[in-house]
Amino acid sequence: MGFQRFVPFGPWNWLLLLVALECSAASSDLNESTNSSARRELNVRFAATSSEPAMTVSVFALDYDYVQIPYEVTLWILLASLAKIGFHLYHRLPGLMPESCLLIVVGVLVGAIIFGTDHKSPPVMDSSIYFLYLLPPMVLEGGYFMPTRPFFENIGSILWWAGLGALINAFGIGLSLYLVCQVQAFGLGDVTLLQNLLFGSLISSVDPVAVLAVFEEARVNEQLYMMIFGEALLNDGISVVLYNILIAFTKMHKFEDIEPVDILAGCARFIIVGFGGVFFGVIFGFISAFITRFTQNISAIEPLIVFMFSYLSYLVAETLYLSGILAITACAVTMKKYVEENVSQKSYTTIKYFMKMLSSVSETLIFIFMGVSTVGKNHEWNWAFICFTLAFCQIWRAISVFTLFYVSNQFRTFPFSIKDQCIIFYSGVRGAGSFSLAFLLPLSLFPRKKLFVTATLVVIYFTLFIQGITIGPLVRYLDVRKTNKKESISEELHTRLMDHLKAGIEDVCGQWSHYQVRDKFKKFDHRYLRKILIRKNLPKSSIVSLYKKLEMKQAIEMVETGVLGSTALSVPHQAQRTQETKRLSPEDVESMRDFLTRNMYQVRQRTLSYSKYNLKPQTSEKQAQEILIRRQNTLRESARRGHSLPWGTRAGTKNIRYLSFPNSNPQPARRHPRVAEFTDDDGSDSELPAVTFSTRSPTGWLQTLRNTIPMKSLRRGGKLGYRRNASPEEPAAGGGRAISGSKRLFHAVDEEYESGEESEEENAAAGSRRSAEHGPSRDRHRSHSPLLRRK
Amino acid sequence: MGSRASTLLRDEELEEIKKETGFSHSQITRLYSRFTSLDKGENGTLSREDFQRIPELAINPLGDRIINAFFPEGEDQVNFRGFMRTLAHFRPIEDNEKSKDMNGPEPLNSRSNKLHFAFRLYDLDKDDKISRDELLQVLEKVDVEQKMSIRFLH
Repeated sequence: MGFQRFVPFGPWNWLLLLVALECSAASSDLNESTNSSARRELNVRFAATSSEPAMTVSVFALDYDYVQIPYEVTLWILLASLAKIGFHLYHRLPGLMPESCLLIVVGVLVGAIIFGTDHKSPPVMDSSIYFLYLLPPMVLEGGYFMPTRPFFENIGSILWWAGLGALINAFGIGLSLYLVCQVQAFGLGDVTLLQNLLFGSLISSVDPVAVLAVFEEARVNEQLYMMIFGEALLNDGISVVLYNILIAFTKMHKFEDIEPVDILAGCARFIIVGFGGVFFGVIFGFISAFITRFTQNISAIEPLIVFMFSYLSYLVAETLYLSGILAITACAVTMKKYVEENVSQKSYTTIKYFMKMLSSVSETLIFIFMGVSTVGKNHEWNWAFICFTLAFCQIWRAISVFTLFYVSNQFRTFPFSIKDQCIIFYSGVRGAGSFSLAFLLPLSLFPRKKLFVTATLVVIYFTLFIQGITIGPLVRYLDVRKTNKKESISEELHTRLMDHLKAGIEDVCGQWSHYQVRDKFKKFDHRYLRKILIRKNLPKSSIVSLYKKLEMKQAIEMVETGVLGSTALSVPHQAQRTQETKRLSPEDVESMRDFLTRNMYQVRQRTLSYSKYNLKPQTSEKQAQEILIRRQNTLRESARRGHSLPWGTRAGTKNIRYLSFPNSNPQPARRHPRVAEFTDDDGSDSELPAVTFSTRSPTGWLQTLRNTIPMKSLRRGGKLGYRRNASPEEPAAGGGRAISGSKRLFHAVDEEYESGEESEEENAAAGSRRSAEHGPSRDRHRSHSPLLRRK
Repeated sequence: MGSRASTLLRDEELEEIKKETGFSHSQITRLYSRFTSLDKGENGTLSREDFQRIPELAINPLGDRIINAFFPEGEDQVNFRGFMRTLAHFRPIEDNEKSKDMNGPEPLNSRSNKLHFAFRLYDLDKDDKISRDELLQVLEKVDVEQKMSIRFLH
């Protein structure tokens, strides 16, 4: 069974290993032949030609040194990508271990090859390359994909936890290790306090996002998610700031006489660095948002603007010795809201994908480099130091988690349970950040650098592999439900009903948030910021084209699922033969159960879904589509039955596939026009209106929409047995409802069109406020009404 | 429209709601902000449209029933007291630790009140009985294939 797991992993990687081996073999040959001039970096080519007199004009020659560095880097990245493909092919693996584990394994493999063939690895990692090129994409991606609303709702707790937690961890580990070093028996007497503190600061930088994917399936509530996310985001910044401050200290005071003035200066510096970085980030975010307002005609440069401005914010902050990481994070967060409204749809997608790509390349390189330096001769193993480091990491994390959360629970409406705190404690997985910082320690100040590097590597491996792999089962264990007992189907149905009810009431209650502050900010935002930063005259056809796009897509989907639905129906048809017997045989029950699970609604779960390594569609987009599809279906039925008041019972909506179904990933590539094979009468009937709707002009569609909404709501009212309400009341209410109904639809689409991540009520509130009040969006409102008014 | 102050909750009202429903002070204030943010017409009551504006309720198969549960018989507007009264059913059950107040009415989140609420969800025509059709409709609403549900009841 274990072997089977690696089978999809196998063939590609063997191939690539062979290629890599060949290349390294070739390069080692070349190395020998060009008498060590290959080891120097860039003028290799000229060196080779000058040191060897060419005998003849060679028809075919191999010049590896010229391309060595980019070649090997590319090869590494490709190898990692192939490994990732293999990783995801076996679909259970991503739930078992974080993807970072995989990257490390690949890195170790490459490192083994390089070590085995005695090949000098290209100098990918040095201080400037890491800080200037490898780090910004990762941080940018983290900041850009952060869900802003939960972040700002929990920002007090997040700042408290991330900031103080990092500080406590850093100083705690550093001091404890210093005490350990004082014990003469371990041979660590020459490690000074400052060095220990520095080590503490770099080892306390965690990368918990790596484990988020592992327990994504277990239901993790939003707050917990946000804490982990926020910690990851701010943690990098804080550790790097601490690191730099302590390095500055180390450089200044080689004799360890640090005065209190210096410590105070250090603290002040910490604060200035942090806030200054954020300040610059915000400014650059606004500038770039402003610029995207004018890029309608050259939408191809929009991604460029986004990336360049974020990078610029990082560089400017670094110039002033402020925290570039916090700057770039703040820039991404600020920029995102406005940029997403301004840029075209394609630029939006490009930005997202490109960001993911850049960050995954960076991370891959770092992890591979980590693997490469694992297999090598530059290690110093000291049992005491390493074991104590491991122990202290865990102990101090536990201390910081439990004390800090105990305090912050007093002030929260949603206190974190002990279970949540355990999960947070256990998700303290170290990642690439610690390794990079350890690797970049200047050797002159740290004669025992190898010791630190080794210890860091051990901690990373331990936490990543052991904690990363076991956290999934742990979370599922802590979240235990009574899945063992096989419920009867009626129990299942009624439990489902209760789940839906609970979800509905939760939605009515809305999210807990500090409405006052947020409302004030929203008002300010609408009145001033949006006027400046958002484009005017958004083309009204974009909304209409979005409708058409969704319409077509759904029509196609309906064709497909119609076929699927009819094949799926054959199962109960056969089973119906045993209708006489009252008792259901177990097979029938099983088939019923399967059928039910395939066709039932999925209960809405308020959990965010973020994956570090790929993009998933945002929940509000899916929701908007879902709402549209459902309304269209109910419209179609009423349209199908003619245009009189449909008081009869609703025909079966069997062929409709809703997005909220569990296995709802329709393959859009399969577009077989099998309309001819349609056997189901109702189904084919429903197709025709769909097709004609999509080809009719958009105004016609909207008009039909408007006409049929009153009927739909009437019919719904009828269905629920409200017949005793006076019927003249209904049309009037229906008429009023039509406008709000169609507006609602526009809101639903607006969500998708604008920005994915604000809460729906905000958007609805904003939308209505927008349409009712002043502002640039009056244009949009005006664009709605002529479409509606035209009969 | 005026300022927010005109629609703020008065203290006596808050106390009454607290006694009736058992919510805590901060919970009531939060729910009041939610109420006002849902209330687009700013007249202190919610209508059905206000509820329908919540998008998640639109995809919820029980959305209509949930909305109807808030509105008492035949009315179309619900004020804050009614809103809180319905929501109070969903508080966790406190298994009578302190005041076993047998004289007063049962708290809204007692077991039997919860069961009554659930019963009312099923009972669409409010005749205090769940007919077979109503049960069928419930199952349909959870969007089961219609043939399945009929067959299941046989």
